[in-house]
Amino acid sequence: MIYFDHNATTPIDERVLQTMLPFLTHYYGNPSSLYKLARLSRSAIDTAREQVAQLVHARPEQVIFTSGGTEANNLALKGTQHNTKLLTSAFEHPSILESERTERVSINSQGYIDQLDLQVKLNQAFDLASFMLVNNETGVIQDIASLSSLVKGKGHLMHTDAVQAAGKIPVDFQALGVDLMSISSHKIYGPKGCGALIGALEHITKPLLTGGGQESGLRSGTENVAAIVGFGKAAELAYLELEKRQAHCLQLRLYLEQQLLELPGLCIFAPASQRIANTVQFGIEHCIGEMVLMQLDKKNIAVSSGSACASNEPAVSHVLSAMDIEKSIAQSAIRVSLGKDNTQQEIDTFVQILKHIIKQAR
Amino acid sequence: MNNPIYLDYAATTPVAPDVAKCMMQHLTTDGIFANPSSIQHCFGEQAEIAVENARSTMAKHLHCKAKELIFTSGATESNNLAIKGIAYSRRDQGNHIITVATEHKAVLDTCKRLEKEGFSVTYLKPDMKGLINIEQLNNAITETTLLVSIMQVNNETGVIQDIAAIAKLTSEKNILLHVDAAQSAGKIAINLSQLPIDLLSLSAHKFYGPKGIGCLFIRHRARIHLQPLIHGGGQEYSLRPGTLATHQIAGMAKAFELAHERLNNDSQHITSLRHAFLEKLGGLDGITLNGSSNSYLPNIINMSFENVSSDSLIIALRDQVALSSSSACNSGAIEASYVLRAMGIEGERLYSAIRFSFGRYTTAQEIQQAGEIICTEVRRLRLLAVQ
Repeated sequence: MIYFDHNATTPIDERVLQTMLPFLTHYYGNPSSLYKLARLSRSAIDTAREQVAQLVHARPEQVIFTSGGTEANNLALKGTQHNTKLLTSAFEHPSILESERTERVSINSQGYIDQLDLQVKLNQAFDLASFMLVNNETGVIQDIASLSSLVKGKGHLMHTDAVQAAGKIPVDFQALGVDLMSISSHKIYGPKGCGALIGALEHITKPLLTGGGQESGLRSGTENVAAIVGFGKAAELAYLELEKRQAHCLQLRLYLEQQLLELPGLCIFAPASQRIANTVQFGIEHCIGEMVLMQLDKKNIAVSSGSACASNEPAVSHVLSAMDIEKSIAQSAIRVSLGKDNTQQEIDTFVQILKHIIKQAR
Repeated sequence: MNNPIYLDYAATTPVAPDVAKCMMQHLTTDGIFANPSSIQHCFGEQAEIAVENARSTMAKHLHCKAKELIFTSGATESNNLAIKGIAYSRRDQGNHIITVATEHKAVLDTCKRLEKEGFSVTYLKPDMKGLINIEQLNNAITETTLLVSIMQVNNETGVIQDIAAIAKLTSEKNILLHVDAAQSAGKIAINLSQLPIDLLSLSAHKFYGPKGIGCLFIRHRARIHLQPLIHGGGQEYSLRPGTLATHQIAGMAKAFELAHERLNNDSQHITSLRHAFLEKLGGLDGITLNGSSNSYLPNIINMSFENVSSDSLIIALRDQVALSSSSACNSGAIEASYVLRAMGIEGERLYSAIRFSFGRYTTAQEIQQAGEIICTEVRRLRLLAVQ
C-alpha cells in the first residue's frame, strides 16, 4: 500500500494518538464545568491553543477551535457580516467559492493570482477578500503578504485559507498581514473534525453556531477535547519537525519529478512556481486522469486528481481550468502529495507502475 | 481521596472502552484513516464504507432510513442547523417558531438570534414540574408558525416531555417538529418510524461516544429543504460540508449500538442507583426534588437543599464529587438555573438547586460515598449559616 494523497488527509501521528487517548476515557470532563476533571479538560484546551498559535506565530487568544477548515472558512466569511461581494480567486476551496456572491480575480498559468487584475478589481466596492496561501492541487504558494497589503491598503478585511500551508511551510500570521486565517488538523497528522480560525476575532460578529457560549461565544457547542488536544500535539510536532519534513518531502519530490520528466508527454503544472515541498501535479498526454487513478488504485497506490471534496465532479479540475490549462491535458491530471513517512522505494514503485499504465494506455 | 466521584453524566460521559478502540482503528496508517470523499482510491473507499456503515447503524436504532441522517459536529450544531435551516428556507411561508423556555441554550440562543432577524418566537412556560401541556402548545400555534422545537428530556431536571402527543398535534396541524434528543438518545428507545417527528438532534458524547460528533435526522430531506449553515465541499448532501471525521462517526455508531444493547441493563442499574441515592439523602431535612415525579429519566436528579446555596455546596464538594448546578455551557459561571426559574421555582429553592446525574460507570459504592459526603457537607454548611 502506497499513500500519496496527504493533501486530502493524513494518517494520525502515533504520538498524537497517544496524547489524545487519555482524553477519551480518563480526562473526559466537560471543559465548561467547574470541578477538577473539567479543569483538566479546560487546561488541555489552553495548551492546545498555545501549540496551534505557535505553529502559525499567532497569539493563543487569537485562536478559535472549529470542526475543521471548512467551518473555519465559513465562519470567517459569514461571521464577518460583510455586505458586499467577496473578493476571491477562481481556484479557491469550495467552502470559499460557494459563498453567495463572489468576484473572482484571475489566475495566471503558473498558478499565481494576477496582481494587476486584483488591483483593478479592488476599485470596486468590497469589504472582504479571501485568497488561499497554498493551493491544494498545484501546491503553489501565493504571495499572500503582497496581496494582503494591496487589500488592506483599500481598507478591506483579508482572510487566507492556510489549510494546505500550515505544517508544510513556515506560516507567520503577523508577517502575512491578514486579519483572519483558517487551518485544519487532519492535514498535519492530527485528527479529523478539528480546525481553527485565527486572527482578529473582533471582526466575527455573527457566529455560525449559537448556544452555550464556548470559544468566547464565537463557536458554541461542547468542545471536542480529544481532537483539540490531538490538533495541539500535531501542531507542536509540525512546528518542531517542519524543516525535517520539508527537506524529506522535497528530496522525494525532486527525485520523483526527475523521473516523471523523462516520461514522454508528461508535463508538471506550475513547474517554475514556488511550491510546497510535498506536492506535484502533472498531466500526461493522451491519458484520462481517472483511468490512471483507477489503475494505480488496483495496485494499491493512492493518489488524487485534485481536491477530495467533490469527488463526484466531472474530470476537469477547477484549479487547472482557472489556470487556463488546455482541457485535454487538464483531464489527465494526477496529484501526488507526499508525507513525512513516504520513502524513496515507494517513489520507485510508483514510477515503475505509472510507466506501465501509460504504455498500456497508448 | 484521589479520584473525585463523577456525578455529572448529563454534562458529558467518558468514551466506552470499546468505542475508544473502534476510534483508534480509524486513525492510523494501519487503519482506516483516509478521507471518505477520496473515493478515487481504495483507502478512501474504505473510509466511505466505514462512514456509511455507521450511518446505517444509527438509522437501525432510530428506526429511520440511513439517508435521513446527516453527521454534524454535535447537538449544538444539529439544533442550529435544524432551526436556522427551516427559518431561513421558509421565510416566505411564515415567521413564527414555538419552543419551550426550558430548552438547551443551543435552541434558545438560536431562537433569540432569529428574533433579532425579524422572526417571532413563543417560549412556552412549563408547569412547576417542567412539563408543557398539549393545549398550551395548540393555543400557541398560529397561521405563520413554521416550526415547533421541543426537547425530549431536559438536561437539568431529566423531565421527559410527551413527544408522542406533541408530534401527533404538529403533524395534524401540518407544522414541522424538531426534537432535541441530546439527553434521551441512547437512554430511551426512539422509534422514528412511529413518531411523526420531522427533525431530531443528537450528540454522541452524552451516550459514551466521542465529543465533537452528532447527527441530525431529517425526514423527507428534499421536501423539508434546509438551508445549510456551512457551504463548500458537497459532503452530507451539501447540508453539512467538511471532511467527515471517520473516527468520530464510527465511534458514535459504536457507542449508539452499545447503548442499545445495554439499554435495559443501563436503565436498571441507574434506577437502582437513583433509589439508593435518594434513600441516602433522605436522611437530610429540607430537601426538595425539582421536576416531575411521573415523567423523568432516572439518571438525572435535581434537588434543592434548604439553607445551602448551590455555589457553596458545589465548591465545597468539587474535589470530591464532580457535579453541576445546571447546564455546563455557562463557561464556568455559577448562576441560577434559567430552567428552574422558567418552571416557576424561585428564591431559596432556586439558588440551592444541584443537578446530580449518574451513568453506566457509576457504582453503588460511589453512590454511598457521595451520599455520605454530600450529607456531611450540607450539614456543615447549614451549621455555618446558622453561626
